[in-house]
Amino acid sequence: MMLIPCPHCGPRNETEFQYGGQAYVAYPEDPYALTDEQWARYLFYRENPKGPFAERWVHSAGCRKWFNAVRDTRTYEFLSTEAIQGAAS
Amino acid sequence: MAETLTQGPPDLRVSPLQHLHRQLAAAAAPGPQGLEIREVAFTTQLGLRAEPGSQAHTRFAEVLEGLPSAVGETTGTPDGVATLWLAPDEFLVVASGQDHQLLQRLEHALGEAAGQVVDLSANRTTVELSGGSARDALEKGVPADLHPREFPVGRAITTTLGPVPVLLWRTEDSTFRILVRSSFADYAARWLLDAAEEYRPRR
Ligand SMILES: [Zn+2]
Repeated sequence: MMLIPCPHCGPRNETEFQYGGQAYVAYPEDPYALTDEQWARYLFYRENPKGPFAERWVHSAGCRKWFNAVRDTRTYEFLSTEAIQGAAS
Repeated sequence: MAETLTQGPPDLRVSPLQHLHRQLAAAAAPGPQGLEIREVAFTTQLGLRAEPGSQAHTRFAEVLEGLPSAVGETTGTPDGVATLWLAPDEFLVVASGQDHQLLQRLEHALGEAAGQVVDLSANRTTVELSGGSARDALEKGVPADLHPREFPVGRAITTTLGPVPVLLWRTEDSTFRILVRSSFADYAARWLLDAAEEYRPRR
């Protein structure tokens, strides 16, 4: 069982969280201008690094807030977390 | 605009655990290491949304004489009006009995400011667990640290009881209130009945 540090609630069991994939994937400014290939790349293509990875998590069984985290994919260690500003943080 | 609290003849109401009241009473174990389980039914529960620092937050805080500002914090008193922290911008106000006035006061205070007051009274019922073995019984299924150092009187957190998501609130040294969604109440109460079994005197 991992302890995940929620920026609002502190360390909680991983069973209280859900994973939201890679963080900082910006929505295209003009989706209609994209080719199908570019759109598919935005929708489905994600990094898969060995090492620190910026991810989104949601504390679904707690404060229900989304936050960003950097996790080392080799060790599962959470290197940092940050509340998302403006999103009712 | 928020709905008003349920209207109707109070004696026709059926609480989510009414069918278990007798079993809950029978599960009581006497003595200093005893245990008692009872339902605290039909409390007023109001959901508030307000960003810290916003106008709505200030106005709510005036009505409630302060809002909790961090995880686990509560303000007020368990047998009067209390406010539980759910998230930085989300709070649950719990008042004993049907408190129409409180709902109206909060709605009035919010006015047109950006925020929310919603009557959630029917969403959850409350199970109160008390006695010297209360913490011991809860620790069979609650992953949170319930040692008074981490979880003193007045603290309330979201956690799970077995598989059931609950709000757990320590109202006295050996008294815990478990706020559980009405549809999970039967399961949670039966889980507690099972957990309480070992504290009863052998017959
Ligand atoms: Zn949280």
